Amino acid sequence: MMSDITYSSDEGSLAASRQASAGDYFALLKPRVMSLVLFTGLIGVVVAPGGIHPAMAVIALICIAVGAGASGAMNMWFDADIDAVMERTRQRPIPEGRIAPHEALTFGLFLSAASVFTMGLLVNLAAAGLLAFTIFFYVVVYTMWLKRLTVQNIVIGGAAGAFPPVIGWAAVTGGLELPAWTMFLLIFLWTPPHFWALALFRSGDYAQAGVPMLPVVRGEKSTRRQIVGYSFLMLAASFAPLFFGIGGIAYLAGAVLLGAGFLFIAFMLLREQEGTYRWAGRLFGFSIFYLFALFALLPFGPALMQAA
Amino acid sequence: MAMTPEDEKRRHGRNRAIALALAAFVILIFVGSVVKMTNGVIPQMDVEIGR
Repeated sequence: MMSDITYSSDEGSLAASRQASAGDYFALLKPRVMSLVLFTGLIGVVVAPGGIHPAMAVIALICIAVGAGASGAMNMWFDADIDAVMERTRQRPIPEGRIAPHEALTFGLFLSAASVFTMGLLVNLAAAGLLAFTIFFYVVVYTMWLKRLTVQNIVIGGAAGAFPPVIGWAAVTGGLELPAWTMFLLIFLWTPPHFWALALFRSGDYAQAGVPMLPVVRGEKSTRRQIVGYSFLMLAASFAPLFFGIGGIAYLAGAVLLGAGFLFIAFMLLREQEGTYRWAGRLFGFSIFYLFALFALLPFGPALMQAA
Repeated sequence: MAMTPEDEKRRHGRNRAIALALAAFVILIFVGSVVKMTNGVIPQMDVEIGR
């Protein structure tokens, strides 16, 4: 039942309760994260060998999007105390008292079950199983366990965001073949520089909330060095799909040019004076463009190399 | 507790959203089932069971 229960944090009772709107529930799904997940899932469907009925592809993508949204809702349920303290997340529906935590949990659990069962019933069990595992990984392994425990939280937790193209692939082939995991690897190695760039200029927020992000625990200098290190690994991983018959000349050109741009910004960030975050902000913004653009190039043109 | 006109509006919005989501879900299951039957994944009574 949707109620108007007020959420209270350690800082005391927050905003006055009011009826939640449909938009508040939509916000629980983290629509911006969902759009990236949906897009990479779509590319997984498109580049997978074999065919799938267009209606089934749409159903698979809806399931991926809803499953990702459900994970977001459960993340907001568990992290409501952190969200209430952080500037960036203070306006979310639970800290503002528009949605009660247990309602967010119920909403997330219901959508998780609906998306996994629909995927299993209509698409295939491999995609459904991986979708269920992704939700479990994001909610239990990352949100409940790693996020507050270790400085490696987003390195390991980043896997959750890397599964969608593999789920899309599995929706078509019914299997979890090796080529799909090259897309996983790229997102997995992209996540640390992306999040640490954000964490650099939001480190005060994370420190206040007690989240052991890299800049809070190891300091700025170490974070900037690790961003460069992971950027190199990510750049190397961006060529991996080519060896498995995914991506043509346009993708290769994109991987080189966009990767060079990514590395340039990462190096500028490394050289930047401590306490200034101009290049951190640029890297955060560019990293989103980088992933969108690179994945958008994957389906174009004949494959440069034949699958092994 | 009495609801304000603003609260009423939000509740109507939620109800509409739930109705739309339910309708979308029904359509999704229907279309998915038709496609599976067409592809022979789900047996059609008249063709494969015989009637």
